[in-house]
Amino acid sequence: MSTITMEVTRYRPGEDSEPTVQSYEVPLRKEWAVLDGLNHIKDHLDGTLSYRWSCRMGICGSCGMTVNGRPVLSCASFLVDYAPGPVRVEPLRNFPVIRDLVVDISDFMEKLPRVKPWLIADPPEEGEFLQTPEEMDEYKKYSMCINCMLCYSACPVYALEPEFLGPAAIALGQRYNLDSRDHGAEDRRDVLASAEGAWACTFVGECSTACPKGVDPAGAIQRYKLTAAVAAMKDFLMPRGARR
Amino acid sequence: MKRSPEPLVWLAFSGGGMAAALLVPVLLFLFGLAFPLGWIEPPSEEHLVALVRHPITKLVLFGLCALGLFHFAHRFRYTLYDGLKLKRFAVLIAAVCYGAAVVGSVASAIVLLSV
Repeated sequence: MSTITMEVTRYRPGEDSEPTVQSYEVPLRKEWAVLDGLNHIKDHLDGTLSYRWSCRMGICGSCGMTVNGRPVLSCASFLVDYAPGPVRVEPLRNFPVIRDLVVDISDFMEKLPRVKPWLIADPPEEGEFLQTPEEMDEYKKYSMCINCMLCYSACPVYALEPEFLGPAAIALGQRYNLDSRDHGAEDRRDVLASAEGAWACTFVGECSTACPKGVDPAGAIQRYKLTAAVAAMKDFLMPRGARR
Repeated sequence: MKRSPEPLVWLAFSGGGMAAALLVPVLLFLFGLAFPLGWIEPPSEEHLVALVRHPITKLVLFGLCALGLFHFAHRFRYTLYDGLKLKRFAVLIAAVCYGAAVVGSVASAIVLLSV
């Protein structure tokens, strides 16, 4: 059976002085994703390798890695597509490494609640909230985010400015702003329209290229910029009482 | 909320991108290729001068020049910030970029008013 070489970054902060590369020879099977290769290493070659994964079907968002230089879900990237190899597997960029391929995403976890990613609405008088399919289409693609962090890893602005709220968080803010049931846009505006929010984005677009769920965070951010710019112009031109 | 002048310059930037994308290719095609190469019979000079002297033409051309320059200024500013990693000179860069756009806009206004 043919094999492929996986070159995996190993790093234990505090113990290793710097990350090193370790090579493993794994079977090259056409149905094997990069994650299956890593599981083979973990089960049969080297049990000390650390990485995150759970669902292996592109839903949980935990197996994001840098494979041959690009941020991908390792469960959705197949070894045969990298044949004859070697396949370079590194942790996601722009995040501190906890160990090997496991990164610390607490920066995002701290930023996410700032955009209030939940419905801000009074419950309906009776029954449930009703919504037309057209109203759902307005926000549906932004709701597909699985918090996999590929967009943060791909974003050159986040790399330069860690204060940047980031693609996924802004897209998730927009997901609720564009929901017909929600009335929280004004509450979210301070955060989304701040210098560290949508205005920090320079529309490189790598986030949308990297997104495995078709969320298009770059589009969400540009759309929000227009909303925020119009609101800012209204604030500027109209007296306080006439706003809204 | 931290007040940011960004919405204003971004509106000029996006308006400039839109105006340039819609008008510049047509103008370049007409005045850069079609007229000089004789693909289309060029209008007479009197006709063009009369057209440019019309206030609406002047307004459109001024809008194209000014917004286009602000589009350049905004994009160049971020190229210097991030591409060349010069953000420590942010204030100076912003002043030079948008200042150049203002100077260019004033110059285009002077040219248009003097026609």
